[in-house]
Amino acid sequence: MKKKLFAVVMAAAMVLGMTACGNQAAPTAGSGDGTIKVGIINNDPNESGYRTANDKDLKAMFTAENGYDATFAYGKTNDEQINAAQQMIQDGVDYLLLSAADVSGWDSVLQDANNQGIKVILYDRTIDADESLYVASIVSDMAKEGETAANWLKDQNLGEYNIIHIQGQMGTAAQVGRSGALNDMASAEGWNIVVQQTGDWNAEKAQQIVQSQIDAGNSFNVIYAENDDMAKGAVAALDANGITHGVNGDVIIMGFDTNKWALQELKAGNWNYDGQCNPLQASYLDDIIKKLENGETISEKTVIMDEKGFDATTITDEDIEKYGI
Amino acid sequence: MQKTEKKKASPMEVLKKVLGRQIFIPIAALLLLVLFNLIADPGFFAISMKTNSAGNPILTGYLITILDNGSELAILAIGMTLVTAAAGGQDISVGAGIAISGSVMLRVLCGTNPKPEAIQAPILVAFLIGCLAAMLCGAFNGALVAYFKIQPMVATLILYTAGRSIAAWVNQNQLPIVPPGPFSYFGGVIPGIPIPTPFFIAVACMILIALVLKFTTLGLYTQSVGINESSSRLNGLNPILIKFLAFVILGACVAVAGLIKVSRFSTINYSVIAKDIEMDAILAVALGGNALGGGKFNIAASILGAYVIQFLTTTLYKFNVRSDALPAYKAVVVILLVVASAPRVREYLNGLKKNMGRRLSRREVG
Repeated sequence: MKKKLFAVVMAAAMVLGMTACGNQAAPTAGSGDGTIKVGIINNDPNESGYRTANDKDLKAMFTAENGYDATFAYGKTNDEQINAAQQMIQDGVDYLLLSAADVSGWDSVLQDANNQGIKVILYDRTIDADESLYVASIVSDMAKEGETAANWLKDQNLGEYNIIHIQGQMGTAAQVGRSGALNDMASAEGWNIVVQQTGDWNAEKAQQIVQSQIDAGNSFNVIYAENDDMAKGAVAALDANGITHGVNGDVIIMGFDTNKWALQELKAGNWNYDGQCNPLQASYLDDIIKKLENGETISEKTVIMDEKGFDATTITDEDIEKYGI
Repeated sequence: MQKTEKKKASPMEVLKKVLGRQIFIPIAALLLLVLFNLIADPGFFAISMKTNSAGNPILTGYLITILDNGSELAILAIGMTLVTAAAGGQDISVGAGIAISGSVMLRVLCGTNPKPEAIQAPILVAFLIGCLAAMLCGAFNGALVAYFKIQPMVATLILYTAGRSIAAWVNQNQLPIVPPGPFSYFGGVIPGIPIPTPFFIAVACMILIALVLKFTTLGLYTQSVGINESSSRLNGLNPILIKFLAFVILGACVAVAGLIKVSRFSTINYSVIAKDIEMDAILAVALGGNALGGGKFNIAASILGAYVIQFLTTTLYKFNVRSDALPAYKAVVVILLVVASAPRVREYLNGLKKNMGRRLSRREVG
């Protein structure tokens, strides 16, 4: 019985292997006949408004009508995601699209994928792995997002800078990029960081962190929160203590991700700055897959999406509609 | 001779009685934290009067922060103690339950439009429907544990895993925002009253459960089912019903905690709301000196335990301990508790106590 099962599995693997080879041998055939099999690994879609928008965008693009046979898998941690990736590799997908939970630990599984002739495309988040392991990477440059924000802060020409820095979940690309830019600017300009704490993308934690600083009697005039939720938590703590914030307020509020509600806070002058992090990568992914299927080569391995920073004094209603997620 | 022995033994007995009382553990932990803060920075205990952005007076300070943020945990500790006592296990789905009930409340308040101009239903109706949802979750867990005799942690693992996705599904993955108004009072302050409302809600829950335990036999029945299920059945109790009831009561506690949580920001984030709160609630029960295997229980001690945990959290925030390191400190507390309640350590401590008593009385004689 066991032997029989083993034989069936082996046969299946061989057939899959042959189709994979077939695709490689005649890349032009892919777009004409048959569907393209993609495995999409993402983070928890409930994690934030950003992720929800990202997931929705992918689901709208990778449909049967557009010629795709897509499998979606979600994981909050690398372990869960790696398990899903191994499953997809066994299933013999043509493309593996990956938004990694953590930057490290992906080498061996991506090597497996390459050995099977599966093309890996990273989206949304970069990883610490050799460039040869993936064909392309469509990312937000988190460090650049941080730099844009830090430069904006520098341009405010405050007399002194006392910053509460609320970080995202430690180790994520967004946290590393956004924290790094602020740290560099703070040491270059001699800004004072009152406290640097991780809020784990969580509004409640951010509120407690800011409340703790207020209770301790520490003075500060900037809150640099690495996502909108945490900025909201920080603002709740300020409101509870009667500290003014936003345009003409005592404390400058900075957030990231351009949620629609956050941009509306910006427009109302309650916040000062919100950095964009573009979640809509599906069209870029589709473009690259089509090119590969047509046998073209990808000239730029890393595609960096255009991202803006919005200022409370210049944001318009059109911006909110266009860029709000 | 006899007389002197009696006289000398009495202070020892008093000490023994104090040490033996269950509530001694959380009180000792609290005193330890208070002492630490007094030495490190007495400013920790300062409370000042301020005006919030809405122009209302409000008291602020670390102690107020503890009372405010510890309330949800205190409310959950009530239900968790009952479940622990009756079923001899813990419910690990309370965080997910809060997400579900909170999501249902927002769904009722906001209707189909995630950002309405005005609330679409009275707050009381929203709360009651949210309460119903949470109690249904409790009933689901209760049925699995009481009727199907599944280990409580395994049974509640189902909702622990699926709960947050269910919560997101209730609102079709939208993030509803309740328009400003009275709904924010539950997690904030009522205009004119300078103490955060969550504290009053917690006190109301405490009074309610105290009355229930005083005027009904719930406490006694729960305890006897927890101590020995078959003998309580032989005495005419229905263990299935009692266990089931404990989970439903925990469901009601979850709904109240959920109301406070969603009211704090007038919105919800399905994946992080009340994250890991189940672990804190179980820790509160353990810190209250309750046997985690069921049986005798003391709700007051659990509630105190809940505030002690918040005290610890707030203290660590004050000293800018990285918030992702907080669980490590809580783990130390758990280790101490578990070690202290291990039978072997108990035996050793009892032996030590007896020895000391003997030595003392011998010295008196000498």
